[in-house]
Amino acid sequence: MEIVTAIVILGGLGLIFGLVLAAASKIFYVETDPRLEQLNACLPGANCGGCGFAGCAGYAEAVLKGEAPIGKCASGGNEAAQEMAAIMGVEAQAVTRKVALVRCSGEKHYDRDGNLTSGARVKAEYEGFKDCLAASKVGGYGPLSCKFGCLGFGTCVKACKYGAMSVRDGVAHVDEDLCVGCMACAEVCPRHLIVPVEPDRNVVIACASLAKGAVTTRGCTTGCIGCGLCRKICPKDAITIERNLASIDYSKCDNCGMCATVCPKHLIKDSKVETLGEPVVKSINGPEVKV
Amino acid sequence: MTYVQTLLGILISALLTENFILVKFYGICPFMGVSKKIDTALGMGMAVTFVMAIASAACWAVYHLILVKLSLEYMKTVAFILVIAAIVQVVEMFLKKAVPALYKALGIYLPLITTNCAVLGAALVNVQNNYDFFQSVFFGFCGGLGFTLAIVLFASVRERVEKADCPQCFKGFPITLISAGLLALAFMGFSGLKLF
Repeated sequence: MEIVTAIVILGGLGLIFGLVLAAASKIFYVETDPRLEQLNACLPGANCGGCGFAGCAGYAEAVLKGEAPIGKCASGGNEAAQEMAAIMGVEAQAVTRKVALVRCSGEKHYDRDGNLTSGARVKAEYEGFKDCLAASKVGGYGPLSCKFGCLGFGTCVKACKYGAMSVRDGVAHVDEDLCVGCMACAEVCPRHLIVPVEPDRNVVIACASLAKGAVTTRGCTTGCIGCGLCRKICPKDAITIERNLASIDYSKCDNCGMCATVCPKHLIKDSKVETLGEPVVKSINGPEVKV
Repeated sequence: MTYVQTLLGILISALLTENFILVKFYGICPFMGVSKKIDTALGMGMAVTFVMAIASAACWAVYHLILVKLSLEYMKTVAFILVIAAIVQVVEMFLKKAVPALYKALGIYLPLITTNCAVLGAALVNVQNNYDFFQSVFFGFCGGLGFTLAIVLFASVRERVEKADCPQCFKGFPITLISAGLLALAFMGFSGLKLF
């Protein structure tokens, strides 16, 4: 008899709670815009945070409310922007894909005796947290001689949700095929070394040193000393030297790669040229000539 | 012992000497799962505190008004699971409609709590200790605060341990479990506290 009461009471409790839940789901029903689901479906769902919102759902909501422009999703790129524009019923501007670039060429190479042959000098062994921000606070701009260079402790590698970053020879590198341009790495880099570039730009300046030439040379064999050779040879006047650092104006640059050939420190990188060491002279209107 | 002294005793024991996680080892699952960052740990702690207080009240009512009257006390575990699961669902729906801001803060943690043994534990301890209604709710609330204290402390430890250079074989969960054990050892120090 007792077991029957137990079954009835507990079954009854369950039934009551079920009914309450069913009623509550009607009473507390919140109408959501069906477009929100559709917008969410357009986004990659990686929650990389590159758009500046808390995850993909946050961005979709902001777009729906009209608080955010379409096309902020670097990962989804042009495709996602066009789809979202179609849902929202507006025209989207074409979004160009960008990838991250680490502006440092201080890959450290040593000979057999442990002497530095090229790259940034290490002035002290660092034994603390394996984290760039922590390292950069120690002992006067961290363990590197160059106070602008990549520390190579891989904080950006940890920040990357797409596995596009890696540290080689003490400098972070970006795999351009995997990078979606969310720039999560740039946000955590204490040196502010990482910038977005368009991947079809083959000429980049991979150094961020603002120090004077002599100081840069003491700290690194591949640092920009602001010599101006690249500016002189540039046929389009696209290069300017500011605060001892060359920079390229990509609206003028036509990817000729002349600057990469003359850079004495080999920090202007031309991805179309395999070895940066050999001097290559191009005539502006003719074919390439190797000397 | 006055009523106020009893309440103070409940507060101290729920927070420190009988801490749900570090002394009684209830609710280890969210303790390990949601303690990677202090922010999320705090959110989880708040949600647990909130649910524990409400669940204690509801379970007290179900136990004393239904189960005791029908001498079905031995079914309390099953009944409490039912009550807690239903309450969490209703609370989630209610928050979504009425307080969207709070729903955003607690929302993702609420379903996690549905089957959290710390909440069930609070309800069962209430019955064990013969607390009256107000004491039960107070115990649930303080137990939640104790949970929050433990998980936030642990999250701050864990944030540092993540960055530390620890041996490869201890990376990840092993070192996390060891630090949880050390934290529990530290909390054993409170067991000497003399209550009223």
